[in-house]
Amino acid sequence: MPKPILFVTRRLPASIEALAVQDYDARLTPSDVAIDDLIARAEGADAILCCPGDVLDAKAIAALPASVKVIGTFSVGYDHVDVAAAKARGIKVCNTPDVLSVATAECAMLLIMGAARRAGEGERLVRSGKWQGWAPTQLLGTQVSDRRLGIFGMGRIGREIARMARGFNMEIHYRDMARLPVELEHGAIFHDNDDSFLPLCQVLSLNAPGSEGTRHWLNADRIAKLPPGAVVVNAARGTLVDDDALIAALRSGQIAAAGLDVYNNEPHLNPDYLTLENVMLLPHLGSATTETRDAMGRIVLSGIGAILAGQTPTNLVA
Amino acid sequence: MKPRLVLACLTTTDVVARARAAFDAVVAEGPGDMTVAEVTQAATDHQAEAILFTNTLPLSAAAIAGLPASVRVGATCSVGYDHIDVPAARACGIVVTNTPGVLDECTADHAMMLLLTAARRGMAYDRIMRQGWRYRIGQGDLLGVRVTGKRVGILGMGRIGRAFAQRARGFDMKVLYHARTRLPPELEQGAEYFADFHAMLPHCDFLSVHAPGGPATDKMIDARAFSLMPDGAVLVNVARGSLVDEDALLDALTSGKLFAAGLDVFRDEPDYDLRFAALDNVVLSPHVGSASKETRDAMGFRALDNIAAVLAGRPAIDPLWRD
Repeated sequence: MPKPILFVTRRLPASIEALAVQDYDARLTPSDVAIDDLIARAEGADAILCCPGDVLDAKAIAALPASVKVIGTFSVGYDHVDVAAAKARGIKVCNTPDVLSVATAECAMLLIMGAARRAGEGERLVRSGKWQGWAPTQLLGTQVSDRRLGIFGMGRIGREIARMARGFNMEIHYRDMARLPVELEHGAIFHDNDDSFLPLCQVLSLNAPGSEGTRHWLNADRIAKLPPGAVVVNAARGTLVDDDALIAALRSGQIAAAGLDVYNNEPHLNPDYLTLENVMLLPHLGSATTETRDAMGRIVLSGIGAILAGQTPTNLVA
Repeated sequence: MKPRLVLACLTTTDVVARARAAFDAVVAEGPGDMTVAEVTQAATDHQAEAILFTNTLPLSAAAIAGLPASVRVGATCSVGYDHIDVPAARACGIVVTNTPGVLDECTADHAMMLLLTAARRGMAYDRIMRQGWRYRIGQGDLLGVRVTGKRVGILGMGRIGRAFAQRARGFDMKVLYHARTRLPPELEQGAEYFADFHAMLPHCDFLSVHAPGGPATDKMIDARAFSLMPDGAVLVNVARGSLVDEDALLDALTSGKLFAAGLDVFRDEPDYDLRFAALDNVVLSPHVGSASKETRDAMGFRALDNIAAVLAGRPAIDPLWRD
């Protein structure tokens, strides 16, 4: 029996491309940007492995060849795929849930520590070759251990951050729509309103999903309620932050430092961030470890394989 | 009459204020810390009974011999004391103290920051952003190394090493350690002891250095040590630059033997080896392991407390030796 045909829309880690070639008649794409002839290249394929940035809206799905039975996306989020349109055509969709939580939480912790301890400024000083030696207030940062950490959005990633932060003796507070079962809280303190939550947040980590309800959640009003000199980190979605308000607070010192992995309008972030010394900036690489990208590739390929074999995988979206 | 003090290093305004309140103090005015010659001159002119300094003052046997007889106590505002000739100080009858205990958490935090940032390429990413981030990064490109669940070897399991181990456990890391003597189980907290440093290295996905400097540990981390580590390991050093053979480290970083390193200390500070600045896979910080306001104040206050105790005829709180 011939292997099923899998169309891969983007360059993937070598280990995952090797796995695809082993199990499928794989059509690989040596590109890091979304291709513009996706529909044509899907001709005859049984399955498509796509990435965020590939637009599979209702129109594109309607135009897909009849051979396509599965769309797998190399991501947790699937807002680039019109799931209802796929379902209407009998195309199943799967993604890569769960496997990014640890890597993203590590990224948030790195941003917390790096922003609080002024890692970027120290690096630039040392690399410039102009380090003159110790001075009394040189690069004095904010201590992280024994401080209070506020987590906005206590899902899987938020809970991983809480677990890591406990190693630093941080007191964990969280704000979410509903309180967690006590066995998932591990002593973290729930807040059902911003007014009790924000004034406690010496360090604030944003971990809520991006949606209309959370759009620009961190705005000037909420920033004013943080303790002066707070550290703010966002490794979730850029839309959670009102950039103008955050930049103003970073300039005034109301917020001592920020660490950001995500932005409004990526990759065209607000250029004012680049003028600030007290921000640590990462190019949306929260999940970028070899181990995590490998796990993402394996889970999406295994989901595609299961669907083609007539089974229902755990990572089926619809 | 207040006791007479030379405050030989620049320090925080709160520490200077307290030194002036409690002592008749001559205070370093900068731009740098006092040199040995300046300290000797100031102590002689002032007939100082105490000197507060830090690791920028090399107190060799000759320097100690040159101090006036009025000096009874020297307090270094640091945990490390490899800048002090201890036998010479002891022979002179000067009490010397350091500041253990007050910077453990801050320094352990900094080590974990360097470990995460080195493993996850944080600084290389920050440079990409500051250059404008105008290209797509492939799903398989610029990947970092996962930290959670890996093995970390700790060289030197004193207070800072143990504080670091506690943070590593928050990342589900398996903690291994080498020290001269094994800790009691209540301090080990499940960490695995290796009597032989080299026997530990093949198991170290990460190696974090928390041992003292000085001749006994000089270049302990050398080419042989790197060759014993797994490929793609990560080194973190917030202890002393003297522990590392920097030529061997540069080789290991450029050959790919090490994935990355996070360095807060160097053999020559601040004139460190600029070859490190040409590498993308190092995270560099300017010896700021204890650089939080809270910690720097606590260190200065602790040094002043040590001086006050000795000059009041009480035992020092943190003597470098006990008679």
